[in-house]
Amino acid sequence: MAKAPIEKYTTGLAGWFDARFPLSTLWEGHMVQYYAPKNFNNWYFFGSLAILVLVIQVVTGIFLTMNYKPDANLAFGSVEYIMRDVNWGWLIRYLHSTGASSFFIVVYLHMFRGLMYGSYRKPRELIWLIGMVVYVGLMAEAFMGYLLPWGQMSFWGAQVITSLFGAIPFIGESLSLWLRGDFVIADATLNRFFALHVAALPMVILGLVFLHIVALHEVGSNNPDGIEIKKNLDEHGRPKDGVPFHPYYSIKDIFGAAVFMFIFAGVVFFWPEFGGWFLEPDNFSPANPMKTPEHILPVWYFTPFYAILRAVPDKFLGVVAMGSAIAMLFLLPWLDQSPVKSIRYKGIISKVALAIFAVSFVSLGWLGTRPATPVLTNFARLFAVLYFAFFLLMPIYSKIDKTEPVPERVT
Amino acid sequence: MKKLVFAVIVLMTPFLAMASGDHVLENSNVDPADQASLQKGARTFVHYCLNCHSASYMRYNQIARDLGLTEEEVMKNLMFAANKIVEPMNVAMPAAEAKKWFGTVPPDLSVITRARGSDWVYTYLKSFYLDPSKPTGVNNLIFKDVGMPHVLWELQGYPEPVFANSGHGGEKAVTGIKVTAPGKQTAAQYDETVHDLVNFMSYVGEPSKLTRARLGPWVMIFLAVFALLAYLLKKEYWRDVH
Repeated sequence: MAKAPIEKYTTGLAGWFDARFPLSTLWEGHMVQYYAPKNFNNWYFFGSLAILVLVIQVVTGIFLTMNYKPDANLAFGSVEYIMRDVNWGWLIRYLHSTGASSFFIVVYLHMFRGLMYGSYRKPRELIWLIGMVVYVGLMAEAFMGYLLPWGQMSFWGAQVITSLFGAIPFIGESLSLWLRGDFVIADATLNRFFALHVAALPMVILGLVFLHIVALHEVGSNNPDGIEIKKNLDEHGRPKDGVPFHPYYSIKDIFGAAVFMFIFAGVVFFWPEFGGWFLEPDNFSPANPMKTPEHILPVWYFTPFYAILRAVPDKFLGVVAMGSAIAMLFLLPWLDQSPVKSIRYKGIISKVALAIFAVSFVSLGWLGTRPATPVLTNFARLFAVLYFAFFLLMPIYSKIDKTEPVPERVT
Repeated sequence: MKKLVFAVIVLMTPFLAMASGDHVLENSNVDPADQASLQKGARTFVHYCLNCHSASYMRYNQIARDLGLTEEEVMKNLMFAANKIVEPMNVAMPAAEAKKWFGTVPPDLSVITRARGSDWVYTYLKSFYLDPSKPTGVNNLIFKDVGMPHVLWELQGYPEPVFANSGHGGEKAVTGIKVTAPGKQTAAQYDETVHDLVNFMSYVGEPSKLTRARLGPWVMIFLAVFALLAYLLKKEYWRDVH
């Protein structure tokens, strides 16, 4: 894009910094002269909201770390100590626990936006791939964080998930032993999960989120029409359908953040357990290796994949299916062969396929929270097949599907 | 270990039928704002529960603060198992002995209402019935073969089981209870005692509940106003787009 060169600050404090640091280049290049399509709809709030939740998690997490004890004998009690004896500890803890579920709600909606408008298509494949790695990192982060309260569900959930690695032929048993640092989930596991949860994975996630945005700012945002706004420039070399990110989207995102925080605060202050979905009742019983709970279920954000795992009768193949379900998302940029990006201009087959996918994902999520009765397992199988069909048949249906003409300019 | 997941999946199947479906829980109607009820519940708790069960995450001075009592009142009326007001509600009974006597260590009750639910605890305390086959002389409708004796019997009286023929070759199933020899309290009084007790236990489960309910509306009002102002500012900025 032929842009006017950015003028450097010369006077005052800004001038002092600009002589030593790319202040104007960053501010102008990524905020004031960074153009975003003007036709973003509500689906485009979730990217900035994901950053907001990330900040909430990092900040509340730091304060939780000041009083939490990663010790099998002390962990459960230290959480209750935070809830009772630490000033505002209950608020910090509820912000963090509600933040964990909110993170997945926001990220799932963010990803679905990408799915709808073809945000993973060329030239944004790398943004999608980095985002997918962030998602996988987030799942690891959430899984390890869930062990820390050391409740029954923390313990047995981690026991089940780590034992999944045991299904891998030849190396499986040694691998799960290596992951846990013991034959079962134990103090050693808690300590290492704590280290990974508070230090290693947050750094990885923060770094990848930074790269996600760097890659985004290189190619620019997609939009609900799936049109490249950089193809229509005015005489100054600015996209005709773009508006400067600052102040247009900075203020719009602040409004979005306020609405999100309103809902978020509603949960934190009035419904922190969220009916057992955000904080499970079983996790208020301390971890007991001698007593298996009646139902061992992962938290809701893992249940779609858990349902796929259980739908396969063979354990190893179940693990493979679960892994493939996530891997499919990585392949999306190359599976989609449609000449258009946005669902708005795709044909009926793609629209129905996306609807089936959404229904399957939500249904699998629900089934993953239910006991695996024969009837429900058959439903899980049906939805798992539909889930995979959405991806595996995409190269065919996206090609033969009748598309509508894409307009020149955004609508 | 390798078969754990699969075993779990297979084992979960019959639980669908078992999952508390056969007994309806009664509503405990907990109200964290009812201080009189919480105070009465606290008294019942320290007299009847705290001999065997601890609530080791709950401190006496916080009870004083939250229940509108002075520290002297708490020390005189509620503190029989501790010396200092800042101590948590521990229990003197050694865990090893408890296991010998009851077959299991009585669980800590700090967050029992959050693990089981207040309604469950309420129903549980009203579901003991006489069962001569048990060492404690009682059994429980919603917690079969529980190791805990019917501690509140002197208040409730003797709860005789009510049988119904289940149809399995004359085998009898207990479907309800009927108090034949009344205790110190009438049925209504006993219900109230259990309600107050569960109300207190629910408070102990989450002492900050009242604080967050009080603070929440103000936070929400602030955010609503903030959102409105942000929206108006956004509208102003976007006026020149298109």
